[in-house]
Amino acid sequence: MSILIKNGRVIDPKSGLDGILDVFIEGSLIKKIDKTLSGEGKDVEVIDAAGHIVAPGLIDVHAHLREPGYEWKETIRTGTMAAVKGGFTSIACMANTNPVNDSKSVTDYIITKARSEGACRVFPCGAITKNLKGEELAEIGEMVEAGIRAISDDGKSVKNSGILRKALEYAKLFNIPVISHCEDEDLSKGYVHEGRASLLSGLDAVPGIAEEIIVRRDITLAAYVDSPIHLTHISTAGSVDAIRQAKKDYRKITCDTCPHYFSITDEATLGFDTNTKVNPPLRSRDDMEAIIEGLRNNTIDIIATDHAPHEGTSKDVEFDIAAFGISGLETALALSLALVHQGVLTLHELFRKLTINPAKLLGLPYGEIKAGKTADLIVFNPEIEWTVDKNSFFSKGKNTPFHGRELRGKNLITIVDGKIAYKDPSFKG
Amino acid sequence: MRTKVLLDKKGLERTVNRIAHEIIERNQGVEALSLIGIRTRGVHLAYRIREKIKDIEGIELPFGVLDITMYRDDVFKLKSPEVKKTEIPFDVNNMTIILVDDVMQTGRTTRAAIDAIMDLGRPKRIQLAVLIDRGDRELPVHPDYAGSSYTANPEEEVVVRLREVDKKDEVVVVRSQ
Amino acid sequence: MKWTKKDLLGITGLSKEEILFILDTAESFRDISRRDVKKVPTLRGKTVITLFYEPSTRTRTSFEIAAKRLSADTINIAASTSSYVKGETLKDTAKTLEAMKPDVTIIRHSMPGAPHMLAKIVESSVVNGGDGAHEHPTQALLDLFTMREKKGTLDGLKIAIIGDIIHSRVARSNIFALRHFDTEIICCGPPTMLPPHLEDLGVKPEHSLEKAIRNADVIMTLRIQKERGGVAYIPSIKEYSTMFGLRKEHLSKAKKDVIVMHPGPMNRGIEIMDDVADGTSSVILDQVENGVAVRMAVLYLLLGREA
Repeated sequence: MSILIKNGRVIDPKSGLDGILDVFIEGSLIKKIDKTLSGEGKDVEVIDAAGHIVAPGLIDVHAHLREPGYEWKETIRTGTMAAVKGGFTSIACMANTNPVNDSKSVTDYIITKARSEGACRVFPCGAITKNLKGEELAEIGEMVEAGIRAISDDGKSVKNSGILRKALEYAKLFNIPVISHCEDEDLSKGYVHEGRASLLSGLDAVPGIAEEIIVRRDITLAAYVDSPIHLTHISTAGSVDAIRQAKKDYRKITCDTCPHYFSITDEATLGFDTNTKVNPPLRSRDDMEAIIEGLRNNTIDIIATDHAPHEGTSKDVEFDIAAFGISGLETALALSLALVHQGVLTLHELFRKLTINPAKLLGLPYGEIKAGKTADLIVFNPEIEWTVDKNSFFSKGKNTPFHGRELRGKNLITIVDGKIAYKDPSFKG
Repeated sequence: MRTKVLLDKKGLERTVNRIAHEIIERNQGVEALSLIGIRTRGVHLAYRIREKIKDIEGIELPFGVLDITMYRDDVFKLKSPEVKKTEIPFDVNNMTIILVDDVMQTGRTTRAAIDAIMDLGRPKRIQLAVLIDRGDRELPVHPDYAGSSYTANPEEEVVVRLREVDKKDEVVVVRSQ
Repeated sequence: MKWTKKDLLGITGLSKEEILFILDTAESFRDISRRDVKKVPTLRGKTVITLFYEPSTRTRTSFEIAAKRLSADTINIAASTSSYVKGETLKDTAKTLEAMKPDVTIIRHSMPGAPHMLAKIVESSVVNGGDGAHEHPTQALLDLFTMREKKGTLDGLKIAIIGDIIHSRVARSNIFALRHFDTEIICCGPPTMLPPHLEDLGVKPEHSLEKAIRNADVIMTLRIQKERGGVAYIPSIKEYSTMFGLRKEHLSKAKKDVIVMHPGPMNRGIEIMDDVADGTSSVILDQVENGVAVRMAVLYLLLGREA
């Protein structure tokens, strides 16, 4: 089985390739990229991508697939279906499952399940500490053996600086990144950002410095032991500032933010819509502008989704007791393309943060369109306008604050390992 | 819109005077008599009657203002939910109360007004004075004193204008076409 | 003026005209409570449910009396938060109540936004009887009513609100309401109890009690919200009382005709001393009386809204 994608604008942010080209895929590999290729052989599916863009498949360094243990929120099957619909061909899933992914057996389970049921590639992220308790290191080496590509106690920070130091040192053995969720839990007794909106709503609030204090601590620790550190879901102006400064002296820092932190602010929480409850919380307008500037000046390397699906009853409750999280895989591309529409980033700059940079962080051989490389790619159109309808999500998590919102830019086809994993019903050609 | 004048300024004044005389006559004087006007125009009519009685008898009758909104049977069908104050600064117990309204039609306003007064005490008797009785009753209540009667068609509206609120005194029939 | 709103979820969302309309309507309803027959038939056949997730005697009673004086039927549901966490969600409770066809549901809840959630689920009117540290609109309305009654006008007033501002829905709703008028609002308390960004609301933060009440027309004292963790914001109740408890000698700093308000329940000897609470400046009992009138007005207007 071969696929020929004709007449599309092919972009590859790594090489800078950009032109109306045909892409010929044979088996799982990209065979040829050239002008006017014809489908040789009999078994060729031809896709006319005229007017559309062909790009490397998106890579998410931060998603929650909820399996094992919380299958009513999401499964590896539904989560990866949502991923391919959104244009992702590889995703890293966080360790806060039940049981926690802190051992080889859980990693094995996720990888086996993903191979048989997953619609895209799944790279588990192992826990830093056993049961995410922040007390003893998990069996990181064994998990690496089984296939994890990073470690993280995402959901909370490793509170004990001594333990985190050891994790940073130990991870060097395997050349995997430590992904740090930055939150000072003593300052985080709240549900929304501390600011004017929280003054109006009376909701318990978390100040931006709860994140910034840990950003600075983690950078300090990483630099001290000369280990790479990745700071995930960065949300405040102070964090961006701290990271920009620190990167001048110490190069092994990377970070990501999520579409909701550059798309909406804490004003969205004023109606008590629990779909706006997320950790870290939606921040102020100043923070949002700083995040956008951080993306523009490359302080922020990666856009991740922090896809955190929840079933209805976790959100259909009072704001205080609602679960944190946004179901993000199916809106990430369109929300990110707004940065291009607004002139913040070029298409190539944006796709670097969605493809090759995440690939590099996780040590993956993907995120490129190049002859001889694995055929993980998407066909999308940055201009198609559509309305977010949570009920049409493939994800079990319908928890989006963007329901009903008009977005511009839509994924049309996702090819994983040379096979069509998703085709939008509206796509003709 | 066509209008027909039922009472002009002079006619309205004569009618109010006649009602004042009838009240005194019917009650054989003004002892234990008091006046309560139903908002809005009934209040001004009641006040005029009170002035006239003062001219005749030399006595100022106790005087009250009644807002019947809280007692209406169509309270949730009103165009405006405004409730004004009821101000009855005297004890209604054992009084003969002359309730004053501008136009009487269905009798529902009167019913509400009677209920409102009964919640304030136990008057000896309540009598009703209206400037115009336009018929079409829906409840078994009738005025004791009616300035004049006019049997209006459904498309006709009887409009009372008083100088205190409308800058002129007249009663007209307005017919919508 | 017409009334169009289905719910009263907060002072936020009310215009100045709507606030004044409620106060004016309450004037008419207040007289009913002063008569022998303290009842009018206005809401005959209507059903009012009070759904209280937090213990409250005065607010619930005030709403209940208001409803009864308007001839509505009242049903009180005291939902204890502990059993509710174990069992039925607010959504299910709301749907169950809705099936019983109430006309108004008054909800008090320890969590901000609970009334807003209820209002989205039910078709009947919802009144916020206090939601966490968010809003307590009828309290603010009765406070404004009392200020206007005692001072003749709201414009030009200097109002000092003293106490646990960060946890106080009463302070928030009052601030939101008083902002519509030409008022000077000062919030006073230890820095831990004053939320950041108060200035954005046109409120002056102040840490000295004496400075806060200088030339004040109105002093409103609030209690420490123990149930919202207020105690952790100060070293001790004793120390708080020494620094922020309102004493008679303080009143000489304020205007001669200053009025002292308290939403209740009071902690005598902590935020307010006996000689102030029971003194001539105190209008605390007027607040209680006016509360019934304001709540009658609110129930009446919500049910009489334009369809």
